[in-house]
Amino acid sequence: MIAAKFNVWRGDTGGGAFTTYTTQIGEGMVVLDAVHQIQAESAPDLAVRWNCKAGKCGSCSAEINGKPRLMCMTRCEDLPLDQPVTVQPLKAFKPIKDLVTDVSWNFAVKKKIKPFKPRPPDHQDGTWSMQQEDIDRVQEFRKCIECFLCQDVCHVLRDHAKHDEFIGPRFFVHTAALEMHPLDTEDRLSELQKTQGIGYCNITKCCTVVCPEHITITDNAIIPLKERVVDRFYDPLKKLWRKLLGKS
Amino acid sequence: MAGDSTARYTTHEHDVLVIGAGGAGLRAAIEASAGGASVGLVCKSLLGKAHTVMAEGGVAAALANVDQRDGWQVHFADTMRGGQYVNQWRMAQLHAQEAPDRVRELEAWGAVFDRTKDGRILQRNFGGHRYPRLAHVGDRTGLEMIRTLQDHGVHRGIDVHMEVTVVRLLLDGGRVAGALAYDRERGRFRLFRAKAIVLATGGIGRAYEITSNSWEYTGDGHTLAYDAGAELIDMEYVQFHPTGMVWPPSVRGILVTEGVRGEGGVLRNSAGKRFMFDDIPDNYRPQTASDPEEGWRYTQGDKSARRPPELLTRDHVARCIMREIKAGRGSPHGGVFLDISWIKQKLGSAREHIKKKLPSMYHQFKELAGIDITAEPMEVGPTTHYVMGGVRVDSDSQMSTVPGLFAAGEVAAGLHGANRLGGNSLSDLLVFGKRAGEYAARWAKEHSAGSVAAGEVDAAITRMLAPIERAAHGGENPFAIQHDLQKEMQALVGIVRNQAEMDRMVDRLASYRQRAAKVVAPGNREYNPGWHSALDLHCLLTVSEAIARSAAARRESRGGHFREDFPDKDAKFGKLTTMVKKGPDGSMQLSHVPVPQWPAEMQKIMDENTK
Repeated sequence: MIAAKFNVWRGDTGGGAFTTYTTQIGEGMVVLDAVHQIQAESAPDLAVRWNCKAGKCGSCSAEINGKPRLMCMTRCEDLPLDQPVTVQPLKAFKPIKDLVTDVSWNFAVKKKIKPFKPRPPDHQDGTWSMQQEDIDRVQEFRKCIECFLCQDVCHVLRDHAKHDEFIGPRFFVHTAALEMHPLDTEDRLSELQKTQGIGYCNITKCCTVVCPEHITITDNAIIPLKERVVDRFYDPLKKLWRKLLGKS
Repeated sequence: MAGDSTARYTTHEHDVLVIGAGGAGLRAAIEASAGGASVGLVCKSLLGKAHTVMAEGGVAAALANVDQRDGWQVHFADTMRGGQYVNQWRMAQLHAQEAPDRVRELEAWGAVFDRTKDGRILQRNFGGHRYPRLAHVGDRTGLEMIRTLQDHGVHRGIDVHMEVTVVRLLLDGGRVAGALAYDRERGRFRLFRAKAIVLATGGIGRAYEITSNSWEYTGDGHTLAYDAGAELIDMEYVQFHPTGMVWPPSVRGILVTEGVRGEGGVLRNSAGKRFMFDDIPDNYRPQTASDPEEGWRYTQGDKSARRPPELLTRDHVARCIMREIKAGRGSPHGGVFLDISWIKQKLGSAREHIKKKLPSMYHQFKELAGIDITAEPMEVGPTTHYVMGGVRVDSDSQMSTVPGLFAAGEVAAGLHGANRLGGNSLSDLLVFGKRAGEYAARWAKEHSAGSVAAGEVDAAITRMLAPIERAAHGGENPFAIQHDLQKEMQALVGIVRNQAEMDRMVDRLASYRQRAAKVVAPGNREYNPGWHSALDLHCLLTVSEAIARSAAARRESRGGHFREDFPDKDAKFGKLTTMVKKGPDGSMQLSHVPVPQWPAEMQKIMDENTK
């Protein structure tokens, strides 16, 4: 056991400041344990979201020493405990209280993305055949736990607050999972280009770096979607062809 | 704000209110909506974070994709035997018959299960299931299911109320009329008026110190139903999953999927011995491997081989692990060894194979314990995982004894009897979530809205605010009460039980109630975890009492209920179900009711399929 200091952001929609707490850190403790211990010892109204405490639900996202991370998967002994550990809420979303932010925008965005629309079943009993090789990529995307760390780190949302024009890496991954689903027949390219702002992404790969599920967000989801959009809307030959046919 | 009741809460109206947004709640909401009802869905957390997300191994359904010998009859027989024949047989029948359709339906809604070589849904082995039966996605099946239901559900016109906790059901002349709740964000009170309510709140794991369950699992639905006059049955049957993490201390209790054993993982004691071969129950002996080699062949799909003893039912494996630990043959941190790395002796590509089949286990141990499971054994021990007991419901409609109140998933009782088989929970919540939603919508169509007594709502709000209002004078810390209760429940009504300890726990609950009456929550109503924990205490104490009283009254050992003073089964108790209900004076009343007897054709199915 060693005593460690934690600078935790306390505040609400009106603003806030860091409060320093000292608590005992034992072997294997994660930052979420430390926050809970502080809550039980001295700050019962310290607000924090959490559920599974095993990196599977994506609730306890925060910025630890400035990096977007899951509190339940960040071991204290991996941090320099000779200095205070800074714990603050996600920056890309408005604070509700302390470490809890208003992530409702994400749920509203998802609702606007066209749902899964399968082709007719392959078999009489209403089922389909799919080969494992054909779903490996989609399964990678479906590992997403919706922690929104990728949304938090993305400068388009974090620094430029383009929440109205850009859906963020999480929903490019979601769209990619639908677009690359072997059974899906829906077309989502037009809105990706027009209203969902895929062009804003300039492939800095920050989202891929922070993903706790190690999804290769940029390379496997966003770039292929960009390619499809470019292919559809910016290919000069196709553009000419559309003009000749009188389609806009 | 006192006095003026209209200013104290906002009102929402739905035909059907679903409380809980895990798999059962989402499935119920989807079905109720499809049935033409306006549906409100209340989640204690954000949508998609419920405990279903933690389910790892798979969903049990006799699709017979991997082994053609499987069918609903075998699944039914397996479920009844695993439950020690105190299940509600009709639920076990419906579950086995309907699970395949519910799984196929998920695929139509976008779920992407792992595949067989011929392109169909792959199925894996699990404890107590005769054939490979669990449809899965690596070891994150629950995530796949909840995300599929969530993404399908949000396009169905369901009103989702996130981070809202229901504290009380409101009745009108004995039938359901609404529910009172608060939102976490601002601490505002919400009155939900509904013609029918579906409880899908999950379990009670937070009543114990070592648990795989999250903070939400405080027995809310069990308590809401009990307070409304519904009956709870089978509450003595708590499932301690045999394999939870034991080290480091902060991760103690986190689940290690049974899928590890399904893929060939073995249990060893400190002497390196595979101790599960030492104790194989007679009724499972004909189906259990006689040596390690046969067990390995079974895990690799050899249809002529029988399953290894590591895949016996969870209650039995948990007790064997406890026996090794108590006999001083445990691992350094008080567990036993679970080893999957040994398969490198059998498979050249073992490392990649393990990472592919058990990716989240690999990361969980790597990141939280610094252990590489492809190279070294894990340390595991039993963890509180699931409660078989819950609200007594009609097997077909899932309606409780309170008119208009339905329950599905873990909060409902009956399907699993004395012990649940792994994988039967995910199928349970699909099958009975759908049924509850369907019948709730039907009920809502046939009945008009009841009225809610304003005085009752007002009084409840005043009680809820008390911990904040008295905080200035000091009092009990809610986290401390919860912690002490968990420790005591673990020690006195845990895996191995006896009369004196359980009676002591029943007595101790009075003093916990006194402490809870003095609980304080400094701060205001805005996202105040101290206040939320204070309000959860009533539920934790109610389910703790139900468990302790039910367990103390069953003087035999069966499934998840093991007593050192009565270590054997007693045929007399095998015909009885324990039931608790709130008496007219407010005290908990316990009785035993007969286990429903199944018709002869069901007996025949069981006889044919348990040889």
